[in-house]
Amino acid sequence: MSGKPRLTYFNGRGRMESIRWLLAAAGVEFEEVYLETKEQYDKLIKDGFLLFQQVPLVEMDGMKMVQTRAIQSYIAGKYNLYGKDLKERALIDMYVEGVADLMQMILTFPFSPPDAKEKNLDSIKERATNRYFPVFEKVLKQHGQDFLVGNKFSWADVQLMEAILAVEEKIPAVLSGFPQLQVFKTKMSNMPTIKKFLQPGSPRKPPPDAHYVETVLKVFKK
Amino acid sequence: MSGKPKLYYFDGRGKMESIRWLLAAAGVEFEEEFLETREQYEKLLQGGSLLFQQVPMVEIDGMRMVQTRAILSYIAAKYNLYGKDLKERALIDMYVGGTDDLMGFILMFPFLSTEDKEKQRAFIVQKATSRYFPVYEKVLKDHGQDFLVGNNFSWADVHLLEAILMVEEKKSDVLSGFPQLQAFKTRISSIPTIKKFLEPGSQRKPVPDDKYVETVRRVLCMYYDVKAN
Repeated sequence: MSGKPRLTYFNGRGRMESIRWLLAAAGVEFEEVYLETKEQYDKLIKDGFLLFQQVPLVEMDGMKMVQTRAIQSYIAGKYNLYGKDLKERALIDMYVEGVADLMQMILTFPFSPPDAKEKNLDSIKERATNRYFPVFEKVLKQHGQDFLVGNKFSWADVQLMEAILAVEEKIPAVLSGFPQLQVFKTKMSNMPTIKKFLQPGSPRKPPPDAHYVETVLKVFKK
Repeated sequence: MSGKPKLYYFDGRGKMESIRWLLAAAGVEFEEEFLETREQYEKLLQGGSLLFQQVPMVEIDGMRMVQTRAILSYIAAKYNLYGKDLKERALIDMYVGGTDDLMGFILMFPFLSTEDKEKQRAFIVQKATSRYFPVYEKVLKDHGQDFLVGNNFSWADVHLLEAILMVEEKKSDVLSGFPQLQAFKTRISSIPTIKKFLEPGSQRKPVPDDKYVETVRRVLCMYYDVKAN
């Protein structure tokens, strides 16, 4: 037992990527087990590892944690990325949940039928530029601080950074109307732990491809 | 300003119901403003009250909180329904995540076509009895305590009771293979604040009907079809 958190998921982004980001941002090294076959998945279920028969699974501090949000909250709480009090936590939660709704659209995108992809891409662009990015642009402009909440690096900053990069992969000029977010992106990129995560060879996963989609469908096939 | 939390939502369950349950369980009185017209909603939007242009929205402690999970976490922590430490909070979060997924299947139910409703009902019951209820049955059996986490009443218990009652509305004998959950249901329902919430005249909302669906569609201009799972 290495003592490091152990992540079980597909070899790809999906719902685990936000957890990888958060652990990396906190400077926490982790191990990964990749799901490749249905047999592996069935065995995990049979052996009682997956509380609700689902991944992500993160083994950490003696717990077999499932449910993405529960895992992220625990990591944020443990590594002081969750604000200094209840009200800061509430703000972080609001921001993170909003960004998660945007990320959900990106999560499901690779699994949508080919004829729906253009429409879905338009939806992502519309939501990012009209609903989500303006909120964070305004927050940063109003308080003029480097970080979203409490003048301190938190889970909210990590999650927003992940989302910005993910949307930019689909819509490269998406930040053109958002000067504060451009500065934010640069600042985040230069934070040592994040900078390291953005370098080649880190545990960061590439954008989902056909092989990833195929693997997920195969493992979850009934 | 009364000092009481104020809830902005439709006059119906939807995503706000879990918040009503939790406030009620904590013994916190609250006010409600019901969205009935598109104009009301647009006024809230223009006034800047809705951070991501969505409801639920809860005015509480000087904040206009949005995002159901954020609101619930805040209430749970404020009223000591979130465990005693990080690990208990993690367990509560995991359990609530499960019941949230289960109730999510029920949330969309009123918006489905009649044909899809039958399919979805079967899906809900299947997931409840094969994926979710067995987990909580085992948790309660293994530790033999009255509450899910840390031998103390928490958000996880409130959320599970809400989920049980909602699934029972779809299939009344759904708890027949789950003796621990039956006892849990009786026990939690007897807690004074919950008992009060379960009585007629409380702020608990009834099973969504056509009028509710019509109101939501009208206010949100949500006229597209919702798909079953």
